Amino acid sequence: MDFTLKIWRQENASSKGSFKTYPLKDVSPEMSFLEMLDYLNNQLISKGEEPVTFEHDCREGICGTCGLYINGRPHGPARNTTTCELHMREFKDGATIVVEPWRASAFPVIKDLAVDRSSFERIMQAGGFVNVNVGTAPDANAIPIGKLIADKVFDAATCIGCGACVAACKNSSAMLFAAAKIAQYAMIPQGQVEAKERVDKMVKQMDAEGFGFCSNTYGCEFDCPKGISVDFIALMNREFFSSKVCKHKE
Amino acid sequence: MLKLDSKIPEGPIAEKWSRYKTGLRLVNPANKKKIDIIVVGTGLAGAGAASALGELGYNVKAFCFQDSPRRAHSVAAQGGTNAAKNYKNDNDSIYRLFHDMIKGGDYRAREANVYRAAEVSNDVIDHFTAMGVPFARDYGGSLDTRSFGGVQVSRTFYAKGQTGQQCLLGTYSSLSRQIGKGTVKMFPRRDMLDVVIVDGKARGIITRHLITGELERHSAHAVVLATGGYGTVFYLSTLGLGSNASAAWSAYKKGAAFANPSFIQIHPTSIPVLNDYQCKLTLMSESLRNDGRVWVPKAKGDKRHPNEIPEEERDYYLERRYPAFGNLVPRDVASRAAKERCDAGYGAGETGLSVYLDFKDAIAKQGKKAIQDKYGNLFEMYEKITGILPYNEPMRIYPAGHYTMGGLWVDYNLMTTIPGLYAIGESNFSDHGANRLGASSLMQCSGDGYFILPNTISDYLADDIRTGKIPTDLPAFEEAEKSVKERIQRIKAVKGKQTASSFHKRLGKILWDHCGMRRDEKGLKEGMVLLDKLEEEFWSDICIPGSEKDFNQELEKALKVADFFEVGRLMCEDALQREESCGAHFREEHQTETGEAKRDDANFAYVAAWEYQGPKAKPKLHKEDLKFEFVELKERSYK
Amino acid sequence: MKKPIINLSSLSQKYFMALAGMFLMLFLVSHLITNLLLLAGDGGTAFRNAVNFLTENPVIKITEYVLFAAFLVHIILGVLLQIHNYYARPVKYRTPLKTETSAFSRYMFHTGVIIFIFLVIHLVNFFFIRLGIIPVPEYAADRHDFYPIAVVLFQNPWYSLLYIVSFVFLGFHLKHAFQSAFQSLGLNHTKYTPAIKVIGTIYAIVISVGFSVIPLYFLFFHTG
Repeated sequence: MDFTLKIWRQENASSKGSFKTYPLKDVSPEMSFLEMLDYLNNQLISKGEEPVTFEHDCREGICGTCGLYINGRPHGPARNTTTCELHMREFKDGATIVVEPWRASAFPVIKDLAVDRSSFERIMQAGGFVNVNVGTAPDANAIPIGKLIADKVFDAATCIGCGACVAACKNSSAMLFAAAKIAQYAMIPQGQVEAKERVDKMVKQMDAEGFGFCSNTYGCEFDCPKGISVDFIALMNREFFSSKVCKHKE
Repeated sequence: MLKLDSKIPEGPIAEKWSRYKTGLRLVNPANKKKIDIIVVGTGLAGAGAASALGELGYNVKAFCFQDSPRRAHSVAAQGGTNAAKNYKNDNDSIYRLFHDMIKGGDYRAREANVYRAAEVSNDVIDHFTAMGVPFARDYGGSLDTRSFGGVQVSRTFYAKGQTGQQCLLGTYSSLSRQIGKGTVKMFPRRDMLDVVIVDGKARGIITRHLITGELERHSAHAVVLATGGYGTVFYLSTLGLGSNASAAWSAYKKGAAFANPSFIQIHPTSIPVLNDYQCKLTLMSESLRNDGRVWVPKAKGDKRHPNEIPEEERDYYLERRYPAFGNLVPRDVASRAAKERCDAGYGAGETGLSVYLDFKDAIAKQGKKAIQDKYGNLFEMYEKITGILPYNEPMRIYPAGHYTMGGLWVDYNLMTTIPGLYAIGESNFSDHGANRLGASSLMQCSGDGYFILPNTISDYLADDIRTGKIPTDLPAFEEAEKSVKERIQRIKAVKGKQTASSFHKRLGKILWDHCGMRRDEKGLKEGMVLLDKLEEEFWSDICIPGSEKDFNQELEKALKVADFFEVGRLMCEDALQREESCGAHFREEHQTETGEAKRDDANFAYVAAWEYQGPKAKPKLHKEDLKFEFVELKERSYK
Repeated sequence: MKKPIINLSSLSQKYFMALAGMFLMLFLVSHLITNLLLLAGDGGTAFRNAVNFLTENPVIKITEYVLFAAFLVHIILGVLLQIHNYYARPVKYRTPLKTETSAFSRYMFHTGVIIFIFLVIHLVNFFFIRLGIIPVPEYAADRHDFYPIAVVLFQNPWYSLLYIVSFVFLGFHLKHAFQSAFQSLGLNHTKYTPAIKVIGTIYAIVISVGFSVIPLYFLFFHTG
């Protein structure tokens, strides 16, 4: 297969950046999208050019490191797929493929296609946990949790923190990311103890990071590689509401 | 002169740890604030240790090369984590888990360490559950378990096929909590390039900031390495592409002994190589062997579509050879059996380098829904990569480099031979002997990080309460930084033509062929010669574009590959001296008539710990004899 | 990073937006019922009675203030949302976002602006007369006599066209708004949300068709 790649090149956070066009020949349909970029990079290096910087690690769709905006879609045209799981057989031979980094003020570009997602870290640090110290846990079976709830909790917990929800949102909102974590803990007894404080702190941090606000377009759900449902955003909204209405003064 | 003192406490096996713990010295809460600890790596072991130490009140500095601790490769573990809870009432116990691990490791692990790992496994499950890790549950709301290779009880706790992800995210959440509280300071996007030794003690590390390229000095009273295994040495492996040996290797070069480097687990159920550009093999969880049946055609070179091959023309070779354990034999056995069939010409697929893993019978018996519940996400993953949905036709699988049982030698305290330098999780050699049983890595990593290290490290740090901050302008830091800088300059100065990946690929191939699933003297020696040649070529023809003062992924890769040459050579060296077959280490010269591994307990029941003797010099072998007081050494039979 | 313009969290803004919107949706129902009385064919008697009731009832009077507040809140928050979201992605994608979302949800601000323009015209035509800001036209009895004003306006095909177009856009706006309000308030349930979505669609159609029928009647069927 042959492709024309239009790839965003940007030297660093402060430079402007622009597209560069690279024709690429003899791509195998079996290649993953990132293997295709490896292939391109090898050619660039042998020509003495600087390779395209993009982030990746596990290459099996679980670590959440990779994430490219491909032809107008975060993680490319296939649904429930991360960039590393996307294969070239999804594209037509001879197609032009445009690759950009995630774009949001909370995700500044570092270089080429790599962005800084540390804003997610700070949201997690604000409250994305259960306050439990090592050694204080009761027996694992002490608190039963029904299977239906447990399965739902799992669905929320599968978030890989890749940032596609932000990239897919016309408002660059991080609601799905925050909601998945908030919902995961709000649904189980272990997390309910401090559910109100948690939602309050995490939403506050999310706002402070400069993410956009949600207008319920549900683009996040559509392009989430793990198919996390916007129902969890509703759950977060409900939790936040009850936190505002019911939380005691400190 | 290096001396191996395992510090294994006396006493009955079940009481060793609790008695030993009581005798360990403590650091009082006010003094903990004065003590800095560096933790490198934020997988289950590292993030667990960092958060546990943070909770205790130490000043922790945690490092990872990823942009976030949540991306450490523990995230990719699939099947589950073991605990001797006996929730299934199938007569499980700590002793039985211990025994399974010792036997599974082919009697090449320390009894005391393994028993302790089994002992804390129950605490690990409790702690994970309390942190909100969504393990699978049954309708009554209690935790569900499943069975794994090499055992006859059901003790593996799981969260679909994403147990590692869920455990890591749980641990990441506890780490995030400590970062938020300020007890842990997080340094992401750092590659550790050297460990700094001051007056014989590990007192700091040199890191490279991966975005700015800046070399940084960090000091502490103790350094904990939780940097994972070196399975990526094979190039094609189930590991993340960033996983590497460099941190552990720098410790080895500074004098830490490296134990059993040749013990590398080849996982039997990975998606086979599909094309030449592939740089990664995706694992399909071992749990699939609970319900999937492994087979190859009975006829050589049978290229028919698997669904067209009738039942009587299929060879369910694992069930045939190992009737007691069937498809659930340990990984080393399953991998070798697959390789044996494929080498004999019975392999499936275009390349003949794969076997079938079939769910037809399981679907017929349990229904598609039940199978989907258990393995849905794995099946989807398989489909994404291969385009084939395993509900309709069998999966194709083949062994792939996966986990390294070998690693930095540690004593019972998890301390390496360098005082103050600890190694936990996969980066140490401790608990898995010559072969790791499924679902025991999450267990060991979390046990090390959350429950063992925080106790043992205080005993060492008790001497440091009056030391005060370690300054980073000491000559040792100066020197370490200088040597790192020189190494970077040297590799940049080559200005050759070939990429780091192309070298890595060739290096991996050499090791896979000469130091892989089956080894022999001739091959190993040949491999070492080839490695030397390739290394020479590397140092004269490596090409690294861009600047070292910038985000430079090619430089990162090249530095890692440079270390892998040395790792590979030590693997061969170790495989060569071990004139027996045990666990994952299979020497052609040492097999039974039926082709099973033939152990030599009289001569090789030891841990091989290697001491660095300088570049190109032959490393020195030290032996730690393994004493088995509580388990009888037997031929490991799964028949 | 752009500081939010008012000191309200993203989610609180969502609630106020949704609550104001919900109130406006209720208002639209009552407004539609009143307007449909124009079609009674009784020369406007029923309509006049309804209008008189609405202008004189003290409870309704108070509700009117709430209504103004709701409009204000809804509009201000809508504009702020747009501004905030603009700054959340200062460097735009060069290839347009192809993530599949419903067009109704994507163009809420745009349909909102159209509705706002219509609202201004509507206020000029009716409410400002009632307030006495604009003189009462000679064909109306007094500043509360909306019936003849409506008849005259609706018989102007341009005005009717504008009116219908506006209500079609209002329909688009409501199609998304109805279920969106429930989502924003966290009123979401696997069992009931699908029903809410259907009701929302029906509601949007009823409002937009209901209002649009009136100018059509006056254009084509009304005599005298």
